[in-house]
Amino acid sequence: MTKRVGVEVSIAAAEAVGMADVDVVSAYPITPQTHIVEHLSEMVADGHLDAEFIPVESEHSAMSVACGSSATGARTFTCTSSQGLAVMNEVVFLAASLRLPIVMALANRSLSGPLSIWNDHSDVMSIRDCGAIQIFTENGQDVFDHMIYAFKVAENPKVSLPFIVNLDGFLLTHVIEPIEYWDKEWVKQFLPELEPVNRLHPDKAITMGALGMPNIFTEAKRAHEQALLDAKSVVLDTWKEMGDITGRYYHPVEEYKTEGAETLFLTLGSFGEIASLTVDELQEQGESVGLLKLRLWRPFPQEELLEAVKGAKQVIVIDRAVTFGGVGGPVAAEIRSALYHMEESPVITNYICGLAGRDVTRKDFAKMYEMSKSRENDSVKQSEYVFYGVRE
Amino acid sequence: MMEPLNVYASRLVNSKEFFVSGHKSCQGCAEALAVRLVGKALGENVIVSCATGCMEVVSSAFPHTSWDVPWFHTAFGNAAAVASGTEAGIKAQVRKGRLPEKETVILGMAGDGGTTDIGFQALSGAMERGHNMMFVCYDNEAYMNTGIQRSSATPLGARTTTTPAGKINPGEEFTIKKNMPEIMVSHNIPYVATACPSYPLDLIEKVQKAAKTKGPAYVHILSVCPTGWRIPSEKAIWIGRLAIETGVFPLFEVVNGRYKMTFKDLELRPVEEYLKPQGRFRGLAPEMMEKFQEQVTDNYNDLLKKSGLK
Repeated sequence: MTKRVGVEVSIAAAEAVGMADVDVVSAYPITPQTHIVEHLSEMVADGHLDAEFIPVESEHSAMSVACGSSATGARTFTCTSSQGLAVMNEVVFLAASLRLPIVMALANRSLSGPLSIWNDHSDVMSIRDCGAIQIFTENGQDVFDHMIYAFKVAENPKVSLPFIVNLDGFLLTHVIEPIEYWDKEWVKQFLPELEPVNRLHPDKAITMGALGMPNIFTEAKRAHEQALLDAKSVVLDTWKEMGDITGRYYHPVEEYKTEGAETLFLTLGSFGEIASLTVDELQEQGESVGLLKLRLWRPFPQEELLEAVKGAKQVIVIDRAVTFGGVGGPVAAEIRSALYHMEESPVITNYICGLAGRDVTRKDFAKMYEMSKSRENDSVKQSEYVFYGVRE
Repeated sequence: MMEPLNVYASRLVNSKEFFVSGHKSCQGCAEALAVRLVGKALGENVIVSCATGCMEVVSSAFPHTSWDVPWFHTAFGNAAAVASGTEAGIKAQVRKGRLPEKETVILGMAGDGGTTDIGFQALSGAMERGHNMMFVCYDNEAYMNTGIQRSSATPLGARTTTTPAGKINPGEEFTIKKNMPEIMVSHNIPYVATACPSYPLDLIEKVQKAAKTKGPAYVHILSVCPTGWRIPSEKAIWIGRLAIETGVFPLFEVVNGRYKMTFKDLELRPVEEYLKPQGRFRGLAPEMMEKFQEQVTDNYNDLLKKSGLK
C-alpha cells in the first residue's frame, strides 16, 4: 500500500534516498540543498537509515568522499548547489571518468556573481560535459521517483556512471506537494543490492585512476562516451520498469498537447508546470501551441527530440542560463545544433529568463509566444536570443 | 622502541614488495624508497588513496602499475577525503553484513604539496572527523613533479624554480617551512610521527604504530629528492641522515599528545653540514645560514621541552 503525503520536496527526496538504503552520504551545506541533507542526517541519527553520514569540510571533499566510498562498492549519495558544484567541479569529472555510480541531487541555483541563492540553471550547465547521466525533474513526485530510479540506472553494470538529478532550488526544494511514497515492496522489487563492477578491497589488488598517457587518453575518452551513449537504453528500459510498478511513465522528451501544434515551447525542470498552464490558456484562445519538456539532458535524446518537433514550425527554447559571448542560451544552442540536419527544421527562438529566481509567469510565457509569433522584436529570429524582461 | 631492533632486525622486515620495482622515479629517489618501506610495514591488508604527484605519476602509467595492493588516485588535493570515503564505505558495508570483517588499513598519501598546500583542507577535515585512517606525507620540500616549484614546505633559503634569483631578489625562500606535524598534533589526533627512509627500521615501526592506532594517525616522512635538492643521486640516504643529525628534521612521535624524541641524546651537528652539500642552498648568505641555524635550534629545543628532556 502506498501513501500520498503532503510533504516538502526536499524531505521527500531524502526519504527516497533513505528507501534506497544508501550506505554513505557525504555533503557540505549550501542553500537551497540543505533540507535534503539535514533530513538524511536526522534519519541516520534516529536509526531509520543505516548509513555513514559524513559532514565534510567542503564540496570538493563531499565528492571526493563519495568517490572513495563508491569505489569500495558502497551505495553513495551526495547533494549540492551552485557554488558548491563549482567547488567540486574537478571531482565531478573524475567520478564520471572513474565510472563510479554515485547519485547526486543538484538543487539548481544560479552561479555567482553577483551572489545569489535563487534558482536557475547556470550551475548545471557548468558540468554539462562531465560525462555523467543528467536529468531534470518537474515536480515533487518526479523528484521522489527519480531519487530511487537514479541508483538503479547508475549501478547497472552496463552503465556504472554517476547520475545527477536536477531539481530547481526553492521552486521544488522548498515547496510542499502531495507525493506518493513508494511501498517498501516496490523498492525491494525495483532496486537490487549494488554489485559493483570493481571494488577497492584488500582481497584484490586493483589500480584505479591510473595515469593516461597520450597513447591511451583518446581511447579512454571514447570508451567513456560510448558508455554514456549506451546508458540511454538502460535509462529507457528502467523508466518502463518503474512505470510498470508505479503507474508513472517517464520519457526523455515529455510532450504536452503537442498534437498538430505549430509552435512548441521547450523547457527544463519545474518551468514545465507553468508552461503547461500557458499552453492550456493559449489553446483555449485557439492558438496552435504545445510544450516539450526536456527531461533527459545527458545522454542527449537526439532521436526523441527530432520525433517530437516533427511538423512544428517554431520552437521557443527557454534558457535559464547564459553562455556569455556564445550563440544563444546553452539549451537553445544545443537544440539548434540537434535540429540542423532536419529537412524542414523549425525556426528556433530563444529566451533567456528566470535568472536567479526571477518569476516567469503565465503572462510572461504568453508574451514570449506573442513576440515569437509576430516577430515584434527584431532580435527574435533564428540564431539570435533575447534576455526576456531585462530592464535596459 | 629502537632497542629490540638489534643487528638482526632487518631480517624481520617483510620481504614481500607491495610497491614493486619498475616504476619510473628518478635515480636515488628517497621518496620511492619511503613508499616501498611503508608498503612493507603495512602488508597486504591496505587500501591506498594517493594524491596526484611524483609517486602517482611514476607508478601508474596505464597499462602499468607498481602497486600490489588496492590503490586509488583521483585528484591532487583530496587524498585524505577520498581515504575517509573508503573508510566510511567499508565500515558501512561491514556493518550491514555485505562485506566480511577484515582488518584493513586505510592509507591516504600525498607529497608536501598535496598535504601542506592544496590538500591541507581535506586533510584537516578528515583528521578532525576522526576517521579510522592514517595519512602519510612524503615531504620532498617542493613541487618536484611539476619541476621544483616552491611549496609551503620549502625550507628557508632553498632555491626553487619559482623562487628564482633576480635583479632585486637573491632567489631564496624567505619563509620558514610550515610545521605540518605540529599542526596535526593540534588536531588532537592519537598518533603523529616524523620519519625518514635513512632510518628504515624506525620508519617501519612508526608506520605500523600509526596503522594500529584507532582513529586518525599522521606520519610525516622527509623524502630526499636528489633532482630537486641538487645532490648526487647516491647521496640521498646520507643527506637524510644529516637532516636528522643536524636537527633540521627531528625524529619524534606524539602519542595521545605526549611527545617522545626518537633519539634522546643527539649531539646536534651544525646545520651548515646539511646545507652545504645541497645545490638548492648554494651561495646562501651567511646571515641566512645563521637564521636557519637559529630556527633549527629553537625548534629542536622546543621539542626537547615538550618531550620533558629539557
